[in-house]
Amino acid sequence: MNEFKIAQREASNVNVLELRGYLDAHTAPKLEEAFQTLLKTNRTNIVVNCKDLSYISSAGLGVFMAYIEDVRNKSGDIKLTNMSNKVYNVFDLLGFPLLYEIFKDESEAVKKFNDKK
Amino acid sequence: MKKQTLKIDSKTEQLITVRDFVSQAAYASGFNDEEVSKIALAVDEACTNVIKHAYQYDAKKKISITVGDSNGNFEVSIVDSGKQFDPKKIKQPDMKEYLSSYRRGGLGVYLMKSLMDKVEYDIEPGKRNQVRLIKQLPR
Repeated sequence: MNEFKIAQREASNVNVLELRGYLDAHTAPKLEEAFQTLLKTNRTNIVVNCKDLSYISSAGLGVFMAYIEDVRNKSGDIKLTNMSNKVYNVFDLLGFPLLYEIFKDESEAVKKFNDKK
Repeated sequence: MKKQTLKIDSKTEQLITVRDFVSQAAYASGFNDEEVSKIALAVDEACTNVIKHAYQYDAKKKISITVGDSNGNFEVSIVDSGKQFDPKKIKQPDMKEYLSSYRRGGLGVYLMKSLMDKVEYDIEPGKRNQVRLIKQLPR
């Protein structure tokens, strides 16, 4: 059914969320929960790896919008990586690349966080 | 393609069923992967709006989705009997302004209009709301 999973891990002081499956109005609360947990514990260097994300609707995009300000206010960021063309096109249609850094590969995003220090 | 109708409960867990139903119909009408994805996303957005706004998450309500070809167009009609709205009041957001203010929500209608050729509303106050998503059939 509506399969959506998030795997979380830490890589060089950066928190990586790996998204898998379909991110729509039904599954968006799961992502919301993951961001909330990271924010509460002040883990705000966040990379969202979209390698296995097959679908995103505006409900999913809305979650990114809802947390980016709080994350940046805590000197962190949400960087996105490894998107398929299909998923990137939806981000692009809404102009999200103006607001979010999107990288081809997770390692580039992790490096950017660590170069900042 | 003959008209086909899918009736669902007003629940977000049904969105995947809606996307599959519409995708199959769009493939049968000759659209390619990219266009099928766009149509499925537009219909997801329309149904999500009905679940959230027209029915306000009342899962006992029903949504009816009809697909079919007519006059050279592929058309998806989404009908509900929930809270009516005035389509004229929906503003197309200025995306630059939208993004700089970190707002969320309200993106669905913008997406529907960007993904389809035409979005038309037919509201019968107190009876039913219909939104029609239209895309020209591939030549």
